[in-house]
Amino acid sequence: MKHLKMSIAKLVKIEGLTIIGVFIALMILFIMTAPHVFTGYRIYMSFLQTVPPLLILALGLTFVITAGEMDLSFSAIIAFSGFIFCFIFRTFGTPWLAFILALLSGALVGYINGLLVAKVGVPSIMATLAAQFFWNGLTILLSRGLSWNIKEIRPYFIHTLFVGRIGGIVPAQSLWGVGVAVFLWFILNRHTFGEHILFIGDNVDVARVMGVNVTAAKIKLFVFMGVISAFAAILLTLEMINFWTTQGAGLLLPTIAAVFIGGTSIAGGYGTIIGSFFGAYIVGSLEAGVVASGIGGYWTRLVTGLVMAASVSLNIILNKEKGEGLKERIKESIFIKKGGEKSSLLKRENLKNT
Amino acid sequence: MPEKRPFKNAVIMNNIEKYFGNVAALNGINFEVGANEVVGLIGDNGAGKSTLIKIITGVFPPTKGELYIRDKKISLKDYNVKQAYKLGIEAVYQDKSLGEKQDLWRNFFIGRQMTNRLGFIRVREEKEMAQKIMFDIIGFRGAGITAESKANKLSGGERQGIAIGRAMYFDADLIVLDEPTSALSLKEVQKVLNFVRKIKESGRACIYISHILSDVYEISDKFIILDRGKVVATIKKSEVTLKKLSEFMLKYAHAK
Repeated sequence: MKHLKMSIAKLVKIEGLTIIGVFIALMILFIMTAPHVFTGYRIYMSFLQTVPPLLILALGLTFVITAGEMDLSFSAIIAFSGFIFCFIFRTFGTPWLAFILALLSGALVGYINGLLVAKVGVPSIMATLAAQFFWNGLTILLSRGLSWNIKEIRPYFIHTLFVGRIGGIVPAQSLWGVGVAVFLWFILNRHTFGEHILFIGDNVDVARVMGVNVTAAKIKLFVFMGVISAFAAILLTLEMINFWTTQGAGLLLPTIAAVFIGGTSIAGGYGTIIGSFFGAYIVGSLEAGVVASGIGGYWTRLVTGLVMAASVSLNIILNKEKGEGLKERIKESIFIKKGGEKSSLLKRENLKNT
Repeated sequence: MPEKRPFKNAVIMNNIEKYFGNVAALNGINFEVGANEVVGLIGDNGAGKSTLIKIITGVFPPTKGELYIRDKKISLKDYNVKQAYKLGIEAVYQDKSLGEKQDLWRNFFIGRQMTNRLGFIRVREEKEMAQKIMFDIIGFRGAGITAESKANKLSGGERQGIAIGRAMYFDADLIVLDEPTSALSLKEVQKVLNFVRKIKESGRACIYISHILSDVYEISDKFIILDRGKVVATIKKSEVTLKKLSEFMLKYAHAK
């Protein structure tokens, strides 16, 4: 019996288990309500095709939120870096130069965000909101508000590598999504950069006095988010073989929702890559699922709201045990102070009175 | 047997000044901590105690003045927390010692992780070492707390134990304790005071900051009294009783 309890406790500890449960429940629900769609493989291939940009953004944003910061500029990077990619490719015809410059453009946006947040001290939500307007605006100016088609990129290796169909079926970007997730799991949980992010989000003063260079780490964080966003932009642009000026706008809120559904703490100091992974697939599959279930497309947003509220609540309820344990401890220590050791307590009061 | 340190003073401050904007937090501080001396640093809120020790521990540089660590003059431009670690200075802060939501093994090595060349943490080694410190130095045995416990599962005294154990492990020459007991139950205060006695016995130096004069008096060799950014008195323990010291401090409280 005791053994069983312990193994349940251990299970709850496994990263992202709650959200994996929610994900499976949702899929079962879809299979039951729309068996004709959800028992075939096509719908899943369509998820694997459309979700990866959202997924990769959510993985990057997990770091930002873990550090106790926020980034609202990544939707503008989706547009700006996507534009840079198309522009360089159309002008020079070299996809890899376009790839590198697009990543660098994301790094640049992130670097400026980082300077504003870490050096000037602007709260990240404001700095990155301003950045969102600015870089979106610049993209519109540079592209003159037009969308750009790059169907000439199809025969190039870069297209096959990032968004080709493996065996003619599986979208390559889904594997890139998994690869990035595995890599970032190790960065967050096993690398000094990740550990610094965890401590900065937990308590920035502790991080500072323990020798973490907080300014440098925050600048790195925003550059990192910029590069990740640019990579997501390239995947999206390659998949669509098209750039349009508002291509990131629809990704902003779903990405943030994916991170919170996954269980990353808005208070900072805790982030889960596995949670964000499934969070992104939940958010990305809701629309298709809701429509296929026959409830109708108008319901999508409402259901997303419900799922988010349910997941976040579930995470809090399952973790409550820890919280109560803490309360008990606090009660205990107050009790000891009050009743336990009067003699020394008196000693302190004596001192005040002298 | 305590190991004799090859220097006379752990820290010397010469005319240290620190301004935050136009406000002088410290003004002409002269200060000395012997190689095996426990110094009690006392003073009212806002006297500049925390500012003073944060200069020693490299959190921020002074505006002016000279700092000597282990008898060697420090280049203040390049001085930071990591430099201070290298020079054998460790600090334990009242509520800034541990990341609450992080595993204890992370808390032991944050700021100086054991890594491979690419910066990935050698987790198993860190965990084993953390467990060893908890057993050998701190004396946590079977209390259900392991290197993988989160810091917020610990009581206040246990947390300070972890922070002090960390300082001992890294073989500090000087351990700075900033209000280590203010959130503790009295039994736990005794544990912390015992740790300070251990620091002294092992031949190291210690700066102990506290509001509670009886604690400071018990363990210190020397008292340095700070008031509004200035050192107003340096008193040896042999020269004063606890009662006298309390009266002296009270005089400063009234002088305002």
